[in-house]
Amino acid sequence: MNTDKNVGRPLSRLEGREKVTGSARYAAEHPLEGVLHGYVVSSPITKGKIVEIDTLEAMAIPGVVDILSHLNRPKLAWFDLQYTDMDAPPGTVFKPLYDENILYNGQPIALVVARDFETARYASTRIVFRYHQEPHQTCLEKHLDKARAPKKGLATALKPPPPPPTGDFENAFENAAVKVSSEYRHGTEHHNPIELFATTTLFQGDGKLTIYDKTQGTINNQLFIANVFGLHYKDVRVLAPFVGGAFGSGLRPQYQLFLCVMAALHLKSNVRVVLDRKQMFSFSHRPPAVQQMRFATDINGRLIALGHSTFAETSNFEDYTEPTSNWSHKLYPAPNTLFEQKVVPLDVYTPMDMRAPGGSTALHAIECTMDELAYKLNIDPLELRLLNYSDVDPSAGKPYTSKALRECYLKAAAKFGWDKRSAEPRSMQRGNKLVGYGMATGIWDAFQFPSRVQIMINSEGKMIVDNATTDIGTGTLTVMTQIAADELGLEMADVEFRYGDSKKPFSMFQGGSAITSSTGVAIVIAARSMRKKLLKKAAEMDGSPFRKAKEEEVVFSSGHIHLKNDPTINISLKDIVAFNKGAAIRTTKMGRPHMLKLRKYSLATHSASFVEVEVDRDLGTITLTRAVTAVAAGKIINPKTAKSQILGSMVWGISKALHEESIMDPHLGKYINANLGEYHIPVHADIGELDVIFADEKDNLINELGTKGVGEIGLVGMPAAISNAIYHATGKRIYRLPVHFDELI
Amino acid sequence: METDPQNLQPQPVETHLITLKINGQNHSISIRPWVSLLDCLRDHLNLTGTKKGCDHGQCGACTVICGGKRILSCLSLAVMKDGAEITTVEGIATESSLHPLQQAFIDHDAFQCGYCTPGQLCSALGLLSEGRASSREEVKELMSGNLCRCGANVGIIDAIMQVKDGGSYE
Repeated sequence: MNTDKNVGRPLSRLEGREKVTGSARYAAEHPLEGVLHGYVVSSPITKGKIVEIDTLEAMAIPGVVDILSHLNRPKLAWFDLQYTDMDAPPGTVFKPLYDENILYNGQPIALVVARDFETARYASTRIVFRYHQEPHQTCLEKHLDKARAPKKGLATALKPPPPPPTGDFENAFENAAVKVSSEYRHGTEHHNPIELFATTTLFQGDGKLTIYDKTQGTINNQLFIANVFGLHYKDVRVLAPFVGGAFGSGLRPQYQLFLCVMAALHLKSNVRVVLDRKQMFSFSHRPPAVQQMRFATDINGRLIALGHSTFAETSNFEDYTEPTSNWSHKLYPAPNTLFEQKVVPLDVYTPMDMRAPGGSTALHAIECTMDELAYKLNIDPLELRLLNYSDVDPSAGKPYTSKALRECYLKAAAKFGWDKRSAEPRSMQRGNKLVGYGMATGIWDAFQFPSRVQIMINSEGKMIVDNATTDIGTGTLTVMTQIAADELGLEMADVEFRYGDSKKPFSMFQGGSAITSSTGVAIVIAARSMRKKLLKKAAEMDGSPFRKAKEEEVVFSSGHIHLKNDPTINISLKDIVAFNKGAAIRTTKMGRPHMLKLRKYSLATHSASFVEVEVDRDLGTITLTRAVTAVAAGKIINPKTAKSQILGSMVWGISKALHEESIMDPHLGKYINANLGEYHIPVHADIGELDVIFADEKDNLINELGTKGVGEIGLVGMPAAISNAIYHATGKRIYRLPVHFDELI
Repeated sequence: METDPQNLQPQPVETHLITLKINGQNHSISIRPWVSLLDCLRDHLNLTGTKKGCDHGQCGACTVICGGKRILSCLSLAVMKDGAEITTVEGIATESSLHPLQQAFIDHDAFQCGYCTPGQLCSALGLLSEGRASSREEVKELMSGNLCRCGANVGIIDAIMQVKDGGSYE
């Protein structure tokens, strides 16, 4: 880094003005002349075949342009491989409108295209479908006997299976002095960003498509569309300048994109397809899971056995896994371990990564089990964690590139006032409310993906930085601008970061809390090359004082190159470009993780959450009154947007612990609360006082920036901390999420 | 009565001429009665600042101010509002400056993805002019019809409290 003028400052979001004035345009909002509206028809049955579709009445409605189904759809790619995407789990990808088979409830079975939205929606109700229904299986708990190891595939690289057993787990657990054996159940959750999934396709007529899509990966979706519809990838441009939340649901191309493009190509028109809220429950979710925990310690509280088995739902066509059983041994050392991770294929759509996939489910079970052990041992729960603290990753036998978890524990405990806790359950109260304090640990991956960045210095001496990543609300635009400005010693206003466009240089999808480390590092690498180019160009100028200057002898600041030992000798970037005959100076470079160096280390972010709940003594109603989360995630580029990421994920933790769940009716095979009135997410009144602390974690190993990502870690520890606080308040240990008041009466 | 679909002769739905005064500007629109005020704003008037999150009155993203009161534009048909005076998020700022509440939202980082933001802003302006909420707890309760999935709740309430206590929302 050249200066640190902007990095580390709590700057407000650069796109704030667009977002508060309503001028930010999301996927469904790009005005197009004569755009046709598509409305998706969803299968009301769960499994079987479509035997007849009668569209006669619907087609006769004035304004209806076409109705596409498997019977009349245009020719599609033949091979499953052509439908795959960067985030596809092993298996056979679902292909919308491919044939008569119904694989899950809510599956898209037709697209009505009309001149206006209301006509399309109305016409969708006038199509007559006849089905041949077959028996279905959608209940995880009823079909645990179907559990098997997941298939392996490309996705396994980011989601490794649990490590092999160590020691003699069964024997050690059997004979342990103190042990806990319990089973945790988690319901299905749906991402439910407030923006509905939508695609607007501009049919340009020259074989080219411009697509505004709700996605976390512009290039992922560009390649998907090119492959499926046999187009050259250069003829497909996917734009996502604003994304109204996604939380993982935009990691794969969703069916509205496919259907919208299909209709646009078929009708040679501009088409828009927007899903409705019910349909937002039809394409991805966090899978329900059963976790069996067996942890044991010696008499002093040292862990001697860790056993964690997970049985999680997947679809009958793809093997999705969110790794859960891997995590306990990354935190705690134990000589005897046994981990397994199995999937149970059912007649549902394939689950998908949802904010902190695996981690948030796993750490609930792990950290509640630790709490239970602490009570059995009569040790303070925080003390038990510190007693079993490890600076290395015991599961891999490698040191962490950095791990400031101890600082997280101590700082958060102090801020929270953990020392005021009396250990006994039901021992603290406030009026008619039982008060509970609970704590838990969080751990999450610190990923970095390859990313490519172009930097350009234009004739005004301004810096333009291009990358295909999205900004799904994480603050990416602001953070990248901060990094870029400091790399060339420019003001924020002199840097433009252009993103959300598949035409820009390569970025993976925006997931896994990885974009700051991926695109951010690519900016650092590209800026390094740009500084060289600029200095070289400056040295070529007539009478240049930089003729013999080496890189380490100059500094870039205030839009100039200065000699370090005589800052009065300088030249502006603008003059350098002018010398280049006014032609912008460009460089494109790739940033990638240092695989060889990092092979010797484990990489993770950590957190500690402390929460207080109040439980009504008579009614059992639970109120989260306050929470403190301390996070160790390396360097924080922007403390303001990073804090918002942690606050937001703490709210997700509250939601997972106390509110959200999609209820599957196993007889109908469908979610019966597929709307925001009955799928509860926290409202303002549900949120108590929330505090965020960032540990001072310097990491010189992980990447050029020292960053680890903050998008998910704030969620991981919260559900267990809340559950543990509920136990402390009430003396009742609830082994399922979300916890509801009726279980506490 | 049974109808033979073969003989159905669907008729085009009639349009109605209505006038809406939106953000101080009069709009005359010929519109079908089945169009919600929300879709009227977004699809017919290109005022896409007002957001559709559920179309069922459950999320609050479509909140606008109609006749001085905050309403859910997805639960109103446009024809029901003939002659009404409506303020959307596009009409909150003046030409030269943001409304203090908009600035407070930016300062408190009261949004992430920004999609619920227009509804939060209109709802908060409605709340402030109602004069019902005096405490932070009351503001939280009376803003609870507006969901935020990014979890920007703390920033949203902080921003509203700052403007409410500063009294600069008139």
